[in-house]
Amino acid sequence: MSFKNIKPQTRSTILTYAIVIVAFIAVTVLDAAGFISNSLSGQLVPICAYVCLAVSLNLVVGVSGELSLGHAGFMSVGAFTGVIVAGCLTRLGLESELLLFVASAIVGALAAGVIGFLVGIPVMRLRGDYLAIVTLAFGEIIKNLLNNFYIGVDDAGLHFSMQDTASLGMQQGTILINGPKGAVGIDKVSTFVIGIVLVLITVAIVLNLMHSRDGRAIMAVRDNRIAAESVGINVTKYRLIAFTVASALAGAAGVLYAMNYSTITPSQFDFNQSILILVYVVLGGMGNIWGSIISAAFLTVLPELLRPINDYRMLIYAVVLILVMVVPHLKIYQRAADALRSRFSKATPAVAAEGGEADE
Amino acid sequence: MEVLANLINGMSLGSVYAIIALGYTMVYGIAKMLNFAHGDVIMVGAYICFCAVSYLGIPVIAAVLLSIVGCTVLGIVVERLAYKPLREAPSLNVLITAIGVSYFLQNAALIIMGSDPKSFSSIISLPALQLFDGRLTISATAVLTIAACMIIMVALTLFTGKTKMGKAMRACSEDRDAAQLMGINVNSTISMVFAIGSGLAAIAGVLMCAAYPTLMPTTGSMPGIKAFTAAVLGGIGSIPGAALGGVLLGIIEIFARAYIGTQLADAVVFAVLIVMLLIRPAGLLGKNVSEKV
Amino acid sequence: MSKFSEFAEARRKNTKMVPVPSVSIMPERDLGSSPALECLHLGIDFGGLKAVDDFNITVGKTEICGLIGPNGAGKTTVFNLLTKVYAPTRGTIMVDGHDTAGMNPARVNQLGVARTFQNIRLFNSMTVEENVAVGLHNQRHCGMATSILRLPHHWKSERYYHERALELLDIFDMTGLASNEAGSLPYGAQRRLEIVRALATNPKLLLLDEPAAGMNPSETAELMENIVKIRDQFHIAIMLIEHDMNLVMNICEGICVLNFGKIIAKGTPEEIQRNDAVIEAYLGKQKKEVEA
Repeated sequence: MSFKNIKPQTRSTILTYAIVIVAFIAVTVLDAAGFISNSLSGQLVPICAYVCLAVSLNLVVGVSGELSLGHAGFMSVGAFTGVIVAGCLTRLGLESELLLFVASAIVGALAAGVIGFLVGIPVMRLRGDYLAIVTLAFGEIIKNLLNNFYIGVDDAGLHFSMQDTASLGMQQGTILINGPKGAVGIDKVSTFVIGIVLVLITVAIVLNLMHSRDGRAIMAVRDNRIAAESVGINVTKYRLIAFTVASALAGAAGVLYAMNYSTITPSQFDFNQSILILVYVVLGGMGNIWGSIISAAFLTVLPELLRPINDYRMLIYAVVLILVMVVPHLKIYQRAADALRSRFSKATPAVAAEGGEADE
Repeated sequence: MEVLANLINGMSLGSVYAIIALGYTMVYGIAKMLNFAHGDVIMVGAYICFCAVSYLGIPVIAAVLLSIVGCTVLGIVVERLAYKPLREAPSLNVLITAIGVSYFLQNAALIIMGSDPKSFSSIISLPALQLFDGRLTISATAVLTIAACMIIMVALTLFTGKTKMGKAMRACSEDRDAAQLMGINVNSTISMVFAIGSGLAAIAGVLMCAAYPTLMPTTGSMPGIKAFTAAVLGGIGSIPGAALGGVLLGIIEIFARAYIGTQLADAVVFAVLIVMLLIRPAGLLGKNVSEKV
Repeated sequence: MSKFSEFAEARRKNTKMVPVPSVSIMPERDLGSSPALECLHLGIDFGGLKAVDDFNITVGKTEICGLIGPNGAGKTTVFNLLTKVYAPTRGTIMVDGHDTAGMNPARVNQLGVARTFQNIRLFNSMTVEENVAVGLHNQRHCGMATSILRLPHHWKSERYYHERALELLDIFDMTGLASNEAGSLPYGAQRRLEIVRALATNPKLLLLDEPAAGMNPSETAELMENIVKIRDQFHIAIMLIEHDMNLVMNICEGICVLNFGKIIAKGTPEEIQRNDAVIEAYLGKQKKEVEA
């Protein structure tokens, strides 16, 4: 069986995994050979995190067809929960960095999933742009609340306050979350390998979900809500499933992201962050998982590549963004593309062209 | 007295939101797009006014007019270059383009003006009004802002209701194809809406920076989002809705700041929005359009 | 006329339509069991307008019932009421003896009402097979965790969806199109796919909204044959809205005529053709066609 004979669905699945694995091997080899600069190798874990975020947001925006502008909120829920879990476990004397990460990631994902579910119940009653604005609002609320959270741990257990660190009433504990200053003293346990594994897990969950009974139901709701209802599909349930799963995956990605730095602040996970993830999804193509992977990786690296022209890099980033969206819709471009296409295809369908002439 | 002072402050802030929200809602009504760059037009307007006064020494009134003209031109140019080619494209592509424009304006301002905040208070300073034997102080800017908002509302209502262009605008938002078949030039109508919206954004920018006198390249983004929220709260696409939503949002925000805490004010604002939308999914004055089966 | 319509004519003549107490008529053969559909005083108001009012009908377990009437008479609104796309203002809908009050469209479908749409509503970005598989959604369950972990049960279910989808597509000879994108199909094939998708939900009552719209005479003849075939094979009731009087008069056993949201006549095709109110509703314009 040749590659062309496989179902298109299976082909894109294979392609998706292949991209991740090839990228991993390439980066590892290049790194060993010393081709990867310090600043770029510092970006490897964030790239993995953004890939996970883009893939999970694609489940909402591309597969389920709902515009969500609050994905960073769920990322931050995961990140901060993960930091708390890691802080507690370290205090309990857990040594293994891998176990520390796995435990934090699972709890972070669960917390983000639960929040996503709770947010989703009211949100999924709305449609279109109203849904978008409410997800935006929830993202901002989560950020605002986290800005007011003070959490510390000592031998007596976890302490929580919404005023300041002094009101935590701890004798000699560690402060884990310090209001607007965010989480401090995080164990930097995220590595590129862990990142790639998380990417693979995220991709597997999203792809397996997409190509299953539930995934078809989600896509059916996206394509035609009324028709989906008419064949007995519970529309709210499936929109909620997509939203919750995506939130949980964003939570896990948040843990990966947080544990790459020693400090994170709630304001890092603002509206602009959500927009950034949305840009990856739209550029990569709606419902196209490998597209999300490539565009997230590329767009995270792009500002790094533009570092030599530091002052202008965000300006160029903006121009690139506009051009990528606008150019394919310009008449000149469409004409040029048509001309190119006809030139390249001239050799083969000569018969068809003759047939066309005969008809005239 | 404190309640009254807060109410007036809230109405003043709300009027700014309302003026911005009008731009959002009109553009949404006609082009069915969320123009995320709208908030940054406010910032551009404020910068133009600031530069005109402090570098060119133009009188304030002239500077405001200049900034209105500047933003109007900016609005039309952005629409022509970035949005017009995407008339038939999926709405998300337009959204991303708008975000690109927003990044562009912010970073262009950053390069030209630098990241240090400019103090706006040096430009407009009017004496405050003292009422009830000095127990209630109302800043002149607040009065000016509320008055400006009311004038704009009346003018816009008259414009959309009475003039030919206003009617063309309403026809386009109702059904663009049908309007075109009736001989309305849809492209120029959309340009006009962008022009009006951007001109209003310039006014909002000047008024906002007169009340909250720090000007940075990112000044426009948060008020932009709030105004967008206000437009949705009032029912996106509805002009009176935008005004109502804006004023309500401003009042809620000021009261939340005063009685709940500055840190949580934004959370309260957004929570109110969510609750409102759950009760009235199309916003306060929005029409609930159901899909035809 | 084709051999088929002679057959249909004979079968219809052998079907005796009898009145059931006070509300409607249904075929004699269905009398023993509870009807597939029973509507009592069904109505809906849009603003002040009574779009449908006092709609009473009984459709037998294996009856093919036609719903006709001039444009804007409220036929599609009736379908939307039956499938709960609109919530009725008044009245009761009983499906197979169960009251559907308070149910949402998905629940009504699970109870046994499937439909097609006047303006085709397919899942356009999905393949033909996937469209049918979505219809099979409630016929076999497979949990989300099972699917994500790709446990054996997932593969078994997928095989079931695949095989059953092909079986159903075979009714309309569409197995060859299984991997095509639904949105790219020609118009007639899209209409047929909608019927297959509806059938996949294993309905007791199939509602067809203008199934022959946009079809040429030979396609329509084939469709008529298939509608009867579906009824005989699946033993289900079919209710259809159609403007093609040839189709309606040939395959329907009972006909209900709607005008301005109200039933103006009910009966067998012969009775309807003779009915003065019906002829008047159609302004005599379609009289010839009705008699043909």
